[in-house]
Amino acid sequence: MSKDLNGGIPTDNEVILGILNNSESVLKRLYIAYFPMILQLIINNSGNEDDAKDIYQEAIIVLYNKVKTGDFELSSNLKTYIYSVCRRLWLKRLTQMNRYGGDIKDFQDYLSVDDETEKNNERDIQFNKMGAALQLLGEPCKTIIEDFYINNRSMQEICEDFGYTNADNAKTQKYKCLQRLKKLFFQQK
Amino acid sequence: MIDNQLSEAIERYLNDEMSKDERARFEKLRNENADINKQVIEHKHFTNLIKQYGERLELERRLNAIHDEIDVHTLKEELMIHPSWIVQLWRHHHSKISVAASIAIFAVLCTMFATGYLNNRENNYAKLSGAVIQIQKQTKDLDNKMKTLTPKKGVDKPGNFRGTGFAISTNGYIVTDYHVIKDADSIHVQSVDGKAYHAELIYAEPGADIAVLQIKDPAFKSFGAIPYAFKKSETDIGENVFTIGYPRDAIVLGPGFLTASTGFKGDTMQYQVSTPVDFGNSGGPLLDNKGNIIGIINARETHIEGAAFAVKSNYLLKTIQDIPDSLKGTLVINSKNTLAGLGRVQQIKKLQPYVFMVKVY
Repeated sequence: MSKDLNGGIPTDNEVILGILNNSESVLKRLYIAYFPMILQLIINNSGNEDDAKDIYQEAIIVLYNKVKTGDFELSSNLKTYIYSVCRRLWLKRLTQMNRYGGDIKDFQDYLSVDDETEKNNERDIQFNKMGAALQLLGEPCKTIIEDFYINNRSMQEICEDFGYTNADNAKTQKYKCLQRLKKLFFQQK
Repeated sequence: MIDNQLSEAIERYLNDEMSKDERARFEKLRNENADINKQVIEHKHFTNLIKQYGERLELERRLNAIHDEIDVHTLKEELMIHPSWIVQLWRHHHSKISVAASIAIFAVLCTMFATGYLNNRENNYAKLSGAVIQIQKQTKDLDNKMKTLTPKKGVDKPGNFRGTGFAISTNGYIVTDYHVIKDADSIHVQSVDGKAYHAELIYAEPGADIAVLQIKDPAFKSFGAIPYAFKKSETDIGENVFTIGYPRDAIVLGPGFLTASTGFKGDTMQYQVSTPVDFGNSGGPLLDNKGNIIGIINARETHIEGAAFAVKSNYLLKTIQDIPDSLKGTLVINSKNTLAGLGRVQQIKKLQPYVFMVKVY
């Protein structure tokens, strides 16, 4: 990696523009800039580095989605925002594990960020269900669905990859797969 | 396979792959058929979810890739709040340290006990014997110095013994302690206003430590009416009493209580009182609240702070009765008390002229 790509802490505006433009380098600089802060928070409050990774990535995804959907308003600086989200998420995790002693060692100022993490939580549940449904779907359905709906490949290409004799067969197969996926998805509680 | 075709149509519609006519027809169908409309919305929602799920996976993959480039282990070492090395040492080895410390303390105590360090009597004894030797040396030095001193001849001393006395009759009779005037060459009494008269011993009762003096001085005329009387009966413990006398050049009041009906070593002739007295108080009057003479101060207990003794007044009266008539002359004991009912200040004022400093040469 060149020095430029890692070039220090990006400004808050850089981060927002970078996310909107799917900039890999900005995402990387953002990630590298604030990870130590969160690692410090977690490991000094009865967590380990894997917890820190989970929490931090969750917070980055919250930020990412908010920026992408356009409802991100930067009321304080980004550093405080990320710290606050991580702090909130970690407190929740600690409470779930019954390890929260009512006292958390803080290293930064923080804001109250309850509702945002809640919203993210609902999406996570949906995604978990989708992931489980796809696993249950099995091959070749999983690949066909992923190729078509996620990777935006055409039916023609999929048809060739899987050796279907014609596109109609492939379409019929894809239709059946989608119906099964729906069934698996909605069956889950 | 109508469902299949419908699904394909919905997909093409959503992906904007239809021709203009086809699209118009499909929209019309959608508007007319609520079921199809619902299917369109559901399909759109579901496929969006799949897409977003895919995006999420992609994002997580990217984040993981970035994460893998970070040297988390080094960072962790840097960011962990490390307690100071002594705290760490304690955390890791506290049981071992505790055991070692206990053993060390035990060993020290054992050693101290075995070597007799804890038994420090000998040391003190050594110090004491050292002190005794020093004192012996000092005493010897003093003795040597004393031998070299030549005794000085007594120069005109202003009175080598002093006590207190008080009038018992208007015509110059004064009572004091026998021990005050014992072995006296000459006796002088001095009144509060500074007048001094020559006095002579008339009668003494050494057993009761009482002496009666008479002023034999041409300058003396009469005391005037004596304000106090002499109490014949015994006074009870707890009575408020006071004494007045000359422990120094000025007249001094000593207030207190009668604390025992017997004196030194159970002497029934005496009271014990808790008034501050000094040597010059000897022979001074002890009065009760009403101003009756109840005793004569004669000694103090050296071991008990504030404990003094006084000869009871009835022994004084007895002594006076015992004076032979030839010596008694016109000694008339006053029996009229004019102090009762007065405040202490007034009592003292009236009393003062009848209390004398007794100087013995």
